[in-house]
Amino acid sequence: MNRPETTPANDAIIAMEQIRKVYDTGKIQVEALRGIDLDISKGEFVAIVGPSGSGKSTLMNLIGCLDTPTSGVYRLSGHLVAGMRKDELATIRNRRVGFIFQNFNLLPQISAYENVEMPLLFGGVPRRERRRRIEALMERVGLADRMDHKPTELSGGQMQRVAVARALAMDPDILLADEPTGNLDSSSGGDIMELFQDLWEQGGTMLVITHDAALARRAARQVEIQDGLITRDTGGPDGESPTSR
Amino acid sequence: MARPRFIVFQLFFRSSRVQKKRAFLTIAAIAWGTLALLLLLAFGEGLGLSLGKAWAGMGTDIAVIWPGETTVPWKGLPAGRAIRPRIDDIRTIRERVPGLVGVSGEIIRWGTNFTHGDKTVNAPVKGVGTIWGQLRNQIPSPGGRFLNPLDDAQRRRVVFLGTDLATDLFGEEDPIGGSVLIDKVPYTVVGVLIEKMMFGNYSGMDANHAIIPIRTLYAQYGSDRLSVLVLKPENRKGMQQALAGVAQVLSAKYGFDPEDERVLGTWDTVESGKIRDNFMLGIKLFLSIIGVLTLTVGGIGVANIMYAVVKERTREIGVKMALGARSHWVTGPIVLEGLTYTLLGGVAGLLVATILVYLLSLIPTGDNMALKALGKPTLSPAIAATAAGVLGIIGLLAGYFPARRAASVDPAETLRYE
Repeated sequence: MNRPETTPANDAIIAMEQIRKVYDTGKIQVEALRGIDLDISKGEFVAIVGPSGSGKSTLMNLIGCLDTPTSGVYRLSGHLVAGMRKDELATIRNRRVGFIFQNFNLLPQISAYENVEMPLLFGGVPRRERRRRIEALMERVGLADRMDHKPTELSGGQMQRVAVARALAMDPDILLADEPTGNLDSSSGGDIMELFQDLWEQGGTMLVITHDAALARRAARQVEIQDGLITRDTGGPDGESPTSR
Repeated sequence: MARPRFIVFQLFFRSSRVQKKRAFLTIAAIAWGTLALLLLLAFGEGLGLSLGKAWAGMGTDIAVIWPGETTVPWKGLPAGRAIRPRIDDIRTIRERVPGLVGVSGEIIRWGTNFTHGDKTVNAPVKGVGTIWGQLRNQIPSPGGRFLNPLDDAQRRRVVFLGTDLATDLFGEEDPIGGSVLIDKVPYTVVGVLIEKMMFGNYSGMDANHAIIPIRTLYAQYGSDRLSVLVLKPENRKGMQQALAGVAQVLSAKYGFDPEDERVLGTWDTVESGKIRDNFMLGIKLFLSIIGVLTLTVGGIGVANIMYAVVKERTREIGVKMALGARSHWVTGPIVLEGLTYTLLGGVAGLLVATILVYLLSLIPTGDNMALKALGKPTLSPAIAATAAGVLGIIGLLAGYFPARRAASVDPAETLRYE
């Protein structure tokens, strides 16, 4: 945690007020989130922890604009997400959010290069600029010599690094990682954690959902969820200790 | 930032390869459907063309009038009188009825003896005006001619023979310039009718008759009463008016009610042509429906394969959506893929159909009337356009519904870890 202090209040990336999410399966209603207040500022490294079924993934889907809340107000980089059309949400996801998944979710039939290119394609980035960015990103994740390999020809750790490169391609406001080390051995997991640490130190905003205590400890701020409510926030207004900067 | 260009195409070329065997079978189904549609339409077209030609054999847009008997009294004259116009009435009609291409009388003498050398044949001889050849599509085979106005004016003893009659009399010999005795009077053969298909007739087939100038016939046999009148208006719409005009002229001269339908029995080929056209349209429509249904089965195959593709790629679709793909960037490549299978199948079907139609055209019909009537299957640009249109619609639909399912994929659902 050796980064300079830069957290003005108007630098909020995530601003959630009384967010509720109810899944209506017809017969029964499941209240996955029961009133979440969460603010994440630019440059924060936040870990969300909690037992399975606590609402972590639901929260991640809402933050990533893959889903919309049943009620409450959510602003992503100042944009009010409620009421956005599907295509507007798609654009928000493309420009503002970088996703990293437990199971990588790379497209298996195209090369690492083309996987990283996908969000750039959606973003309308011209071909030359795409090439420049992809080469820089692959260099950054240490896979410059694996660009033409298909995901099946890569190890788990390498696949996750391609996924990180893909998540960074559009230079998003926030990186959302859902159990990023869950499918990796401890050595590869460690590499990914190192990578996250580097990204954060270079000014990135990170949100990681994890069971991995080691990874959670790297985060400056830890938010714990249980039964759809935040039960502990080391950086929030009622936190035990403010996020160290 | 620039709007993504051609992104649907870029994504299309990057989507996962479909199973080759499945794609092949689907394309084959479309090819089969296209083949069925094209062949049915081609047969319909060929049948239509040959029927049209056969009906035109008697004459195009002509009317044939048989003088008959009156059935109602008229101006003091009783019913039941036979009305028999004469040769000279033709000139009156020509002068008084406007809008005619031509009108000709026709005197038919059945059971006339034709003799050439030691062969004698029994056949009808018809005395006609010169214009009759044009009205009744009497095209001479090479080397000969039809009757001309001088033949009629000078009452020349010249004869134009039907194909079969010429063969019966002359065999292998060239009939043109040859001599024939018609009821023991010598005539010179000036022309022979070309071989033609003919469906309608009112006095036997043209292949089996002999034509001589109407005044020559009058000179030889002494009768100037017309068996039949043949006329053709300048355009189809003028037919009713022309027929009414003829009735007026003859009614004034012979004294009968021009509204009395039994006096002048009429065969209006414009009217019967309409019925025929509707009938052909019905046949073509029927054939098209069968073809389109067959093709639709192929289309269902494509839709099926695309549904499977969407199911297999649910995760891929979810990932793309998470990365910021808009709905139509997800649906577009799927529609394009369905369309591609359909069009590939269509092209294959068109190729096979073209080859088959070509091969069928090589089969000699010979003298087989059934084969002749069936005609040669013909692939016209209109048929190709119809097939392309039907294929396009089926291809789009076959891609559209699976694509709609793809667009309804919930990324949050599909990306959940397993």
